Amino acid sequence: MHIVVCLKQVPMVSELPWDPRTGRLMRGQAEGMMNPACKHALEAALRLKEEHGGSLTALCMGPPEAEEVLREALALGADEAVLLCDPRLAGADTLATSHTLARAIQAVAPDFDLALLGCTTTDSETGQVGPQLAEELDLPAAFNVEHLELTGRALTVRRVYDGFLETLEMDLPALLTITTQEFAPRETPLGGLERAFAQASVRVMDAEAIGASLDRVGDKGSAGRMLRVYSPTAQKKCVLLTGAVKKSVQELFERYGDRLGGLIGQDLASEEEGHDQ
Amino acid sequence: MTNSRDVWVFGDYRNYFQNRVTLQLLARGRELAQAQEGELCAVVIGHDLQQWVDEYVAHGADRVLALDHPSLTAYQGETYTSLLVDLARERKPAVILVGATSFGRELAARAAKRLGTGLTADCVDLRLDDQGRLVQTAPGFGGNLLAEIVIPRHWPQMATVRPGTFQELPHDYERQAPVEWLPLPAGLKPERVRLVKSERLAPREQALETAGVVVCGGRGMGSKKKFRNLVELARLLGGQVAATRPVVYARWCEEGALVGQAGRQIKPQVLFSFGVSGAIQHTAGIGGAPFIVAVNKNPGAVMMQMADVGLVADANQACLALIRELKKRLRS
Ligand SMILES: Cc1cc2nc3c(=O)[nH]c(=O)nc-3n(C[C@H](O)[C@H](O)[C@H](O)COP(=O)(O)OP(=O)(O)OC[C@H]3O[C@@H](n4cnc5c(N)ncnc54)[C@H](O)[C@@H]3O)c2cc1C
Ligand SMILES: Nc1ncnc2c1ncn2[C@@H]1O[C@H](COP(=O)(O)O)[C@@H](O)[C@H]1O
Repeated sequence: MHIVVCLKQVPMVSELPWDPRTGRLMRGQAEGMMNPACKHALEAALRLKEEHGGSLTALCMGPPEAEEVLREALALGADEAVLLCDPRLAGADTLATSHTLARAIQAVAPDFDLALLGCTTTDSETGQVGPQLAEELDLPAAFNVEHLELTGRALTVRRVYDGFLETLEMDLPALLTITTQEFAPRETPLGGLERAFAQASVRVMDAEAIGASLDRVGDKGSAGRMLRVYSPTAQKKCVLLTGAVKKSVQELFERYGDRLGGLIGQDLASEEEGHDQ
Repeated sequence: MTNSRDVWVFGDYRNYFQNRVTLQLLARGRELAQAQEGELCAVVIGHDLQQWVDEYVAHGADRVLALDHPSLTAYQGETYTSLLVDLARERKPAVILVGATSFGRELAARAAKRLGTGLTADCVDLRLDDQGRLVQTAPGFGGNLLAEIVIPRHWPQMATVRPGTFQELPHDYERQAPVEWLPLPAGLKPERVRLVKSERLAPREQALETAGVVVCGGRGMGSKKKFRNLVELARLLGGQVAATRPVVYARWCEEGALVGQAGRQIKPQVLFSFGVSGAIQHTAGIGGAPFIVAVNKNPGAVMMQMADVGLVADANQACLALIRELKKRLRS
């Protein structure tokens, strides 16, 4: 059993400084951490490995600093770590990211049985990389998985999808994305972390090494173009209701009952009338 | 190029919010289609579709493409993607809009990949610029930043939009529009993922992550006893209770309710936030909720600035007043 986990490093804080002229985020100014959903995916992989044996390859595309999340994965029990690090890979949208990850998996783990990803990342939040990687690798796949069971080559998973609790089955090789609902990540053992940082066991690869076509990776291979970035909090105009609580609450329903009711699917706009006589 | 100027909306109808987001997209899609003199077309795949077809025409579709077959009763990622992609290649819409539901996200991402085009997730606004390009405004970084994105050299331009972002048009059941009932194409590959079981969850059993309404309490709620009042409010709203870290540490509620960087990532339609300061570690987890009501003693709290409406009040008293008012309004 060979499992590949795709891990992304994301900024520790959600508020990053950005350059208003170029519209680019100044990622260098924030400390990084392993994306939460990726941590849960790694935990799922570790449990599968403990139960069924085999090996675990951790894969990350990112700047040199992203090596940290791979060291963390090694400390937790990954057998092999690969950093896809190349300026030409930078600025990738999900189309380019999924192409890059697919080429890398085929280059370093052609015999893999299962690819695990996080369901979304906290910095881009698209949740698109999982489905797009499944397309590129042409694998049966399930997204937002909360529970999984492997019997031989048959995988049974459970997930909540649009208010339905679904149980799905598929055969390996397959791809899953994992939510932060289950698979609570274990603590990183201190000794393991020290060892993982001391031993230089992260393999660094560039675009050529994974056999990616240069016009399909990074900024060049991306379809979306950013026109500008701005801060919505600066734009959102909060209406403050002061005064007695009861009056404020009534005002809330009078002014926003329609909108609120529409969003929660109930009629809130009108106070019950006409029955007092 | 022979691409049309048409705008397509994927007809997601599986339950209440999925259906609403389709109607909301039809409303915005209509404006986009009219602005470039194209057609607004609803594409619906599944079984027993007549009622949805009627609904889409009543809500502004100029045309409906319907693929109705018993084998399509359950939503299936691989099959639905193939059907949508083949139709798109044949008819070349300029824009495809999909609701950002669980299935919609999967379908849109797969279709964009097969078509080799860009897809912008969770757009909060869509408009056309003077060159006729679709300008997509989307949040990033837990909703702390917004970006405007175009897909200038790829076709079609694709976007997902969360429920509650746009307003649906009033329905008009007298409205007429052509409906094309399409046959299931031959040679469709069998789905490799088998759906073994599917249960509709009662709204209250739904995970915090998927809840449409979240009532979140912070340290400002004051005590465990007062915090419990939020449970009653959430029940009335059909929502879920969430908490900040100090609340969880004080054991006013269970750990699973923690929202933020160290806890869960939620994406509600409506967020009620009581006595929460709005630390970024917390707000990183609240997505860009389209509608936020915050209660805080301090009008300058970050959470108040992030809100659409801020009640300057005691958190617990406001909660009790909301409960009373809701009971009146929900009585009928
Ligand atoms: C690495 C790290 C990770 C973290 N992860 C998370 C996380 O995942 N989730 C999380 O929530 N936090 C997290 N935190 C903690 C976070 O930084 C904040 O400390 C926390 O969110 C604050 O919670 P709070 O808003 O409830 O409390 P406070 O910051 O104490 O705010 C209380 C608010 O209530 C108001 N208030 C007080 N009394 C009343 C009253 N009677 N009526 C109305 N309003 C009142 C106050 O004006 C204030 O705005 C993390 C911190 C770190 C360092
Ligand atoms: N640069 C990256 N390196 C490795 N994995 C990634 C990268 N970007 C995205 N992923 C994977 O795709 C998942 C979903 O990301 P996203 O679609 O960007 O929200 C993440 O949880 C990762 O597992």
